[in-house]
Amino acid sequence: MKKIKKIKIKINGKIKYITQDSNLFVVLKNLKIPLNKVAIELNEEIIDKKKINKIKLNKNDIIEIVHFIGGG
Amino acid sequence: MVNLKKDNLIIANKKFNSRLIVGTGKYRSMSECAKAIKLSGAEIVTVAVRRVNISDKNKPLLMDYIDPKKITYLPNTAGCFNSKEALRTLRLAREIGGWKLVKLEVLGDKKNLFPDMIETLKSTEVLAKEGFKVMVYCNDDPLMAKRLENSGADAIMPLAAPIGSGLGIQNKINIQIIRKQTKLPLIIDAGLGQASDATIAMELGCDGVLVNTAIAKAKKPFEMALAFKNAVIAGRQSFKSGRIDKILMGNPSSPSKGII
Repeated sequence: MKKIKKIKIKINGKIKYITQDSNLFVVLKNLKIPLNKVAIELNEEIIDKKKINKIKLNKNDIIEIVHFIGGG
Repeated sequence: MVNLKKDNLIIANKKFNSRLIVGTGKYRSMSECAKAIKLSGAEIVTVAVRRVNISDKNKPLLMDYIDPKKITYLPNTAGCFNSKEALRTLRLAREIGGWKLVKLEVLGDKKNLFPDMIETLKSTEVLAKEGFKVMVYCNDDPLMAKRLENSGADAIMPLAAPIGSGLGIQNKINIQIIRKQTKLPLIIDAGLGQASDATIAMELGCDGVLVNTAIAKAKKPFEMALAFKNAVIAGRQSFKSGRIDKILMGNPSSPSKGII
């Protein structure tokens, strides 16, 4: 049986291991991220949310997911 | 009866009935924050952009308590200490759902929280070019306010005193000079401590005030939210009514003719 290869990525400062060739949409879905309420950066570039199912993740990718919280 | 209904606050061609903008930080809970906002009558609220907590997915979201379709969200750049961080934050904020009206706040010192005006000015230019509608938190410096205006700011928001200090307006003269020189919305942002501070700001001719700590950290935030609402209305009415001239000596209110 072929072993599923995992790659290391960082999401919001936390290290995660995901299946190689995972796309961003699947990763965010697994984290239950409400896409309409967030913005996403991949390696410091803002991602168009409409295109996230086409974005393949690579080793050492850095993802930032932000939303609005209370502030002055 | 003064008709204040038509006396709207206009920012970047958008009309608002309320001249009070409130922050959503420092409340004890989201429900307390939502109720205070409702009582304040504010139609614009500032919000911060932060990382989603990916380990606690059940954490309540601000948008579940304050509907961005009913209340205008004004994303801020709180915690940013240079132009690069501020631009990154606001570009992300825009991406969340098309927010173009933003509050730019680039701080220069972690203790006094004064704005770094060089970085603020640089950021204003870039944001205006990118189509943002920028409300700029700034020092109460008329020259810098003018430069911000020339750089494409949509509102000038000088501090009354350091953020969260509750000291009230420290430099009325500067605020009045800025008022005289600009037709842009002038909003006092930061440093107010009590409702009367908001009245003073409005009586100086400001178009609005932005308050967070003074409401959120009051012993009774709901009552204070209401007090600020009334104070802003009172101050605006007072300003529009044309105050009397100041004189040094007394001037009796009752006629001297016919005294027995």
